[in-house]
Amino acid sequence: MTVTKGSTDVEKTELVTLTIDDIEVSVPKGTLVIRAAERVGIAIPRFCDHPLLAPVGACRQCLVEVAMPDRDGNLKTMMGPPGRVKPQASCTLVASDGMVVRTQVSSPVADKAQQGQMEFLLINHPLDCPMCDKGGECPLQNQAMTNGRGESRYTETKRTYPKPINISAQVLLDRERCILCARCTRFADQIAGDPFIELVERGALQQVGIYEREPFESYFAGNTIQICPVGALTSASYRFRSRPFDLVSAPSVAEHDACGAAIRVDHRRGQVMRRLSGNDPEVNEEWITDKDRFAFGYAVQQDRLTHPQVRDEETGDLRVASWPEALMVAARGLQRASADGGVGVLTGGRLTVEDAYAYSKFARIVLGTNDVDFRARPHTAEEEQFLASSVAGTALGVTYADLERPSAVLLVAFEPEDEAGNVFLRLRKASRERTRVYSVAPFTSRGLHKMAGTLLRAAPGEEVAVVETLADDGDLALDAGGVILVGERAATTPGLLAAVAAVAATTGARLAWVPRRAGDRGALEAGCLPTLLPGGRPVAEAAARVDIGAVWGRTVPAHPGRDAAAIVAAAAAGELGGLLVAGVDPVDLPDPAAARLALDTAGFVVSLELRASEVTERADVVLPVAAPVEKAGSFVSWEGRLRPFEKVMRDSHALPDLRVLAGIADEAGVDLGFRTTEQARAELAEIGRWDGERVEVPRVPSGDAGRGARAPQGEGLETESASRERDHGSLRGSQARTSVQVEARKLAPQPAGELRLATWKQMIGDGRMLDGDVYLRATGRPPVVLLSSGTLAGLGIAAGSIVTLHGPSGSTTLPVAVADLPDGVVWTPTTSETAGWVRSSAGPVVRLEIPEGAGA
Amino acid sequence: MVDALTPVLSAHWDSDRPWTLESYEATGGYSALTTAFALSQDDVISMVKDSGLRGRGGAGFPTGMKWGFIPQGPEKDGTVKPHYLVVNADESEPGTCKDIPLMMATPHTLVEGVILTCYAIRANHAFIYVRGEVLQVVRRLQRAVQEAYLAGHLGTDIHGSGFDLDVTVHAGAGAYICGEETALLDSLEGRRGQPRLRPPFPAVAGLYAAPTVINNVESIASVPCIVRNGADWFASMGTEKSKGMTLYSLSGHVARPGQLEAPLGITLRQLLDLAGGVREGHQLKFWTPGGSSTPILTDEHLDVPLDYEGVGAAGSMLGTKALQIFDDTTCVVRAVLRWTEFYKHESCGKCTPCREGTWWLVQTLSRLEQGRGEESDLEALLDQCDNILGRSFCALADGAVSPITSSIQYFRQEYVDHLENGGCPFDPARSTLFAPAEALA
Repeated sequence: MTVTKGSTDVEKTELVTLTIDDIEVSVPKGTLVIRAAERVGIAIPRFCDHPLLAPVGACRQCLVEVAMPDRDGNLKTMMGPPGRVKPQASCTLVASDGMVVRTQVSSPVADKAQQGQMEFLLINHPLDCPMCDKGGECPLQNQAMTNGRGESRYTETKRTYPKPINISAQVLLDRERCILCARCTRFADQIAGDPFIELVERGALQQVGIYEREPFESYFAGNTIQICPVGALTSASYRFRSRPFDLVSAPSVAEHDACGAAIRVDHRRGQVMRRLSGNDPEVNEEWITDKDRFAFGYAVQQDRLTHPQVRDEETGDLRVASWPEALMVAARGLQRASADGGVGVLTGGRLTVEDAYAYSKFARIVLGTNDVDFRARPHTAEEEQFLASSVAGTALGVTYADLERPSAVLLVAFEPEDEAGNVFLRLRKASRERTRVYSVAPFTSRGLHKMAGTLLRAAPGEEVAVVETLADDGDLALDAGGVILVGERAATTPGLLAAVAAVAATTGARLAWVPRRAGDRGALEAGCLPTLLPGGRPVAEAAARVDIGAVWGRTVPAHPGRDAAAIVAAAAAGELGGLLVAGVDPVDLPDPAAARLALDTAGFVVSLELRASEVTERADVVLPVAAPVEKAGSFVSWEGRLRPFEKVMRDSHALPDLRVLAGIADEAGVDLGFRTTEQARAELAEIGRWDGERVEVPRVPSGDAGRGARAPQGEGLETESASRERDHGSLRGSQARTSVQVEARKLAPQPAGELRLATWKQMIGDGRMLDGDVYLRATGRPPVVLLSSGTLAGLGIAAGSIVTLHGPSGSTTLPVAVADLPDGVVWTPTTSETAGWVRSSAGPVVRLEIPEGAGA
Repeated sequence: MVDALTPVLSAHWDSDRPWTLESYEATGGYSALTTAFALSQDDVISMVKDSGLRGRGGAGFPTGMKWGFIPQGPEKDGTVKPHYLVVNADESEPGTCKDIPLMMATPHTLVEGVILTCYAIRANHAFIYVRGEVLQVVRRLQRAVQEAYLAGHLGTDIHGSGFDLDVTVHAGAGAYICGEETALLDSLEGRRGQPRLRPPFPAVAGLYAAPTVINNVESIASVPCIVRNGADWFASMGTEKSKGMTLYSLSGHVARPGQLEAPLGITLRQLLDLAGGVREGHQLKFWTPGGSSTPILTDEHLDVPLDYEGVGAAGSMLGTKALQIFDDTTCVVRAVLRWTEFYKHESCGKCTPCREGTWWLVQTLSRLEQGRGEESDLEALLDQCDNILGRSFCALADGAVSPITSSIQYFRQEYVDHLENGGCPFDPARSTLFAPAEALA
């Protein structure tokens, strides 16, 4: 998978050869001397240098002696002022042919220069290492030991400042510890695009500052704490909590979005103390979102479920039960319900792929049903078809690396900064080079602005019409070098996924689907859909069922199941005998009220959960399961990349979902076939990806409607998968053929006072995964109601006024701000108050009410 | 003796209202435009190259050569970037006082130089970055530019040549670092003034990432006389490698301080004679050849030719030719401490040696001035200087250590005296310019 499209992309790396401390090394042209030295194992001390930030040469710690050949080939040491060797900053100097570098290892001049800089850095640095968070893992401390003088000659007065100041609710700054390397300010500017911190003042009083009344609000602020080479930046949640040398570190994968970011979990005595970004150049580089970094307290809240519970038949209350009893009650109840109309399985989007596979298999072989759906959000049959045709079982598609290269990236129903932070960072990186970003969205979000992106404005419901024009858009000029990223919210607009697939097919642009939750893609691969079996196998295909049946040793039900909305509806109507629910909150489902009713009506409800929820209240059996740090597993990133992780909390006895399901299956007299994550992973790997005929891409209604429902052999089947291999497994749109006709909805004119709603969840919202992390939550963007200036003027109110939105269920009262929305459209973030307003169709109509006295 | 002077830039400073366009044109001002527009741009560059004019801002880089570095023609990708001329009028060096009097007296000399330079380097927009504290200069320049526009010397199709030029006068906000050319560019672009990483050099990617020439006021103001009188005329003045005339500013303990315009290579002895000598009844103790950033010299150096090479050979730098004269009433430790405090205050904070080093130097020097310390502290002080000189991001810190190292070189015993005396052996009042005559007797 190393060769990309065609030979034109294979870049020949030109090398230059230089000598560092008498060791010859060849490095690609353009390499900095400090990196070249790393290649031969020479560590030049440094502070401001960071491989992912532009060189700045500020700290002067990495000075080395350099000689270069002149025009006649005579080696000349770089001098200046006259008669003095002038050591060069190796972090800004580009290696060139014939260069001779002497570092502190072999040059007394370089060594003295470095020691001199270290001494300068320490004169104003407090000696509070014993109480500093960074003490023990501090680059200044470490390098002062390796490259500094033994004792300071400084006997004068140190610069002092009042102790820490908040630069955001989460990030604290100790100015006296700061060595002014500008890593944090450069990160904020160059990587995150949130330049809310900047160096102010000058000389030794230079310091990191924030703007008046503008705190350092960034979804990525925590990275500055991690790259701070001293203890100047600390987090409110970790400050003074532990010593680095008391922590046990374990690599893991972040569970908050579909990015699959590598993280490091530091824990002590069974408690997670902090999380850091891992270093995975192919995925998240060295950056994670603040949610990935700081949101881990949710797993240790008071409402964490610790024991199995069953509902007492006499009192009707839940009571603690033993595992054997609870498993037995669950098994019997499910068997009964299965016989009495069947059991629907809602798995949610947070499971590991192994756990999701366990549900997928459990539904089919224990419950004998295809009524299983992971989509705890608005969804459609069109989406199911799109996922089956273009996503499931396609392995590694568009990757992070691919996001750095394209000429143009088109975002549809996808707000990367809120919904996939690492995707946003890569796109921003690309946009700072040559990539142009376009977004089909209702307004220019802050994220789009930071990517210098172009808004293709679309009111809710009009996205299809906009997307349909894009194949011929000369400005966007989408071609095989372009990438389309479509978000899960596309499912709320009928016809949108079909239109996107059609644009991809016409232009040759590569297509990727980016869901919001960590477990979404894995659940899809595991077959947690009513029409899909593991590996992207269509339930409708007899060969696929035979495939799976052979591995499972069981007959796979052939009848396509109900999707999540249908399961809820059937349960609410009393058609289903029971529900098996994993980590799904009713407010996540398209219609929370219907979901509650379904849970109340269903004869038997089994809940596998971390923490008590609305489902717990209504469940007949509650089975506690392990949080991600308490189990091994894998997430599948939006790219289709398997992101396995090991159990961090080795001593935890919490059971992963798959082990609990295996227990229920045993009680039901069925062998699930595995009891451990490793066994489940091996079985899923053995099944592999579907190589048979794929479901067709959903199609937009057009003149050639009604053509063959199946792609002809050779064109659809073999060729398609072959081309997929060639194209790095991308989701390249194939011939647009369809079995489902979807109709783009025409928007009816709205009466006055009614507005069409556009909405998505902000990264830091009011979700339960943020419970316990008060500082993080305080850094979130306060919810607002966005309106166009025209709409605002029509309503006769000013920005900042408080208004109330009445939606299909309930209302929310928030301040108003202006955005470049189409007139008649309102945007507000999806919160627990507005959950359920968007169901399976886009742009529900909401009514805006101006409280007394708010008018202009 | 007055023959030694060659007033060119300052020739009309004593005219009636010399800053007006009328006065300037009456003495032949703006006539160089006609000469230049008859030549090709490259011929103007060659003329300045041949004249041997070197940058008057301190470093002495050949001006014509600097102009020649501007890439001509489209970029590799076919785009054509504009060229800019930026005039560094941020005169802030302690002791330096030549650009401000020039802009006060005859601002049109600078404006005419700007037009000629922009024509040569094919720039259609020039910026004059003036030190913000000298508001009267800013006003005078703004008026001169306005007059030039009204007279058709600026704007579109100047003198029917087809050449367009706009000039913007920009006032800085009072940071010494903004005299450093890349910090000046950052400041001009609206950022905090801090030096930029080079490469890319301003000639390739300067203001707004476009090819930019940055020259000192006096360098640009010297262009009209070269165009008017020819390169040979200019080169006939001065020494072999330092051609032409220049402004020397004498200040401090000198009878008649002020600007004296003379060919490069004149000596301090000659200049002092012209200025009436050192303050009456006193001897020259030390002096700076080019502002506080240049290592100090003593009365041994009275006959050093004041050109780039001569001063360099004496262990200092010609710099801005700001001759600050200190007589025997002056405490060198006190003078050096004041300068060092200036550098500490003006250090931009970007790099460690300058930021932390000047902070430390001030504290050490004040201690020594108060007579607290040991002679070994001098070695430590010199070692700090050694860790700063040539280790910093830009030349500000090099300038900061110059007075310290050179003063210890020439006046080590005076430092020791402070320590032995338990304080300064000098009466600071006697060194002031307003000290009563009887106090000096």
